[in-house]
Amino acid sequence: MKRLINRKPNRGNALLLGLLPFVILVIVYVFASHSRLADNAEDKLLPSIAQMAQTMDKSALSPSKRSGEIIFWNDTLASLQRLGLGIGISAALGLMLGVPLGLIPLVRAGFSPFIAAFSMVPPIAILPILFIVFGMGEVAKVALIVIGVTPIIVRDLQHRVEEFPKEQLIKAQTLGASSWTLAIRIIVPQMLPRLLDSVRLTLGTAWIFLISSEAIAATEGLGYRIFLVRRYLAMDMILPYVLWITVLAFLADFILKKVTCKVFPWYAKKDAL
Amino acid sequence: MSLITIKNLWKRYGDNVVLENLSLEIKEGEFCTLVGPSGCGKSTFLKMLLGEESPSKGLFLFEGKPFQSEPSVERGIVFQRYSLFSHLSVLENVMLGIELGKAPFLGKLFGRAKKEARAEAVAMLEAVGLGSVLHHYPSQLSGGMQQRLSIAQSLVKKPKLLLLDEPFGALDPGIRADMHALILDLWKKNNLTVVMVTHDLHEGFYLGTRVLVFDKVRNDPQAPNAFGAKITYDIPLLREKKEEKNDR
Repeated sequence: MKRLINRKPNRGNALLLGLLPFVILVIVYVFASHSRLADNAEDKLLPSIAQMAQTMDKSALSPSKRSGEIIFWNDTLASLQRLGLGIGISAALGLMLGVPLGLIPLVRAGFSPFIAAFSMVPPIAILPILFIVFGMGEVAKVALIVIGVTPIIVRDLQHRVEEFPKEQLIKAQTLGASSWTLAIRIIVPQMLPRLLDSVRLTLGTAWIFLISSEAIAATEGLGYRIFLVRRYLAMDMILPYVLWITVLAFLADFILKKVTCKVFPWYAKKDAL
Repeated sequence: MSLITIKNLWKRYGDNVVLENLSLEIKEGEFCTLVGPSGCGKSTFLKMLLGEESPSKGLFLFEGKPFQSEPSVERGIVFQRYSLFSHLSVLENVMLGIELGKAPFLGKLFGRAKKEARAEAVAMLEAVGLGSVLHHYPSQLSGGMQQRLSIAQSLVKKPKLLLLDEPFGALDPGIRADMHALILDLWKKNNLTVVMVTHDLHEGFYLGTRVLVFDKVRNDPQAPNAFGAKITYDIPLLREKKEEKNDR
């Protein structure tokens, strides 16, 4: 018998092992729900899968009686728009600030302490300020994501630029690069896939800020809906929404990963250099 | 006139004397190899030639003028590793040097200028034996091919001085022999002046027209950093000897 650390699953087994926890979770849920509902048919805490499907179909996926809109897709679109805008702005800012901070010692000396201090401000704590300044509209929600995520991306990118191989920097200078051409021809192109990595890692954080701000002031959005129906203990709606948010987050991560591989084919193999 | 003139050059970091009282002239067309034990300052010396480090005191002239204290196009460098641009193809890696020289704002050429740069880069790559892998990324190349590319990158700028920092140290012996033949060939054809650091004595004597041996002459066991290294031997090698070795 081989040691445990040397026993590796083959592809099929790995897939089965990977699925197992999901299957167990579903089974446990179904049993728990069934036993609670058997005791009390009015139980709201663990609705059956059929109940969830029914509620979703009735209140979220059918056109609303007032506006004729489908709430579920409306919420999804609103949330994704805020998230996309927030993340997009953060990534752009991250690149514009992170590269000079990492590459130019004078800029680093001037701004690094400020960025370090600024990134310590808990974004949720300034959410009230954002609502006061920007009002209850979209801007405050996007701003919260930007304020929460940008410092993380900036600092990550700054560190990546700082650990850029010195040999490449010197080589580029002997090839006639100025600080500017070095940045746009060497640093930025090599930082773009790292920026996408950074975005992937901060997506989770961005979702937290999105849902927080939607919970406090919004008229649509996935987070708004969950906190709205919480008043009625509508677990049959909250659970599918949470599942959907998880799926969206997973998809965003997956797509970013695929895009990185596709657009930057040299990136995955760069370690061999 | 000498390409490089050095008189009474010192280099120290705080109390740590690395090089003491170095005097040296290097003429155009020489192939100098620097050998010596590790920590004897030969890499520091190369860094000073490159502009990455500055001397603490002494005369340090390139073509009669003080060395620029940052890397510049007159001085090409080939490191042991990590100096290729991983996001560019082999061809683009070589074109980059031409583009940076001709397009100071965008660092990129278009249209006819780009075609010319491309042709020049292809010719350079063929000269180093990389004509068949123009569109590969550096990570797809073997160690020897990566060093060929690094040499091509530098040579396309026609540097007055080519610096080699243990360029073949990470290669297999067989590949290293090929690289020796290549660098000697390029040196002769392009009339290069080369300064090369190596820890391989054999390589130093085989390639160089002049071997400079760095070592500490004085040593105080109580203060190991008090004295720096000097050039203890400056050995000119006859070209004929090399030709003979080449033929063998």
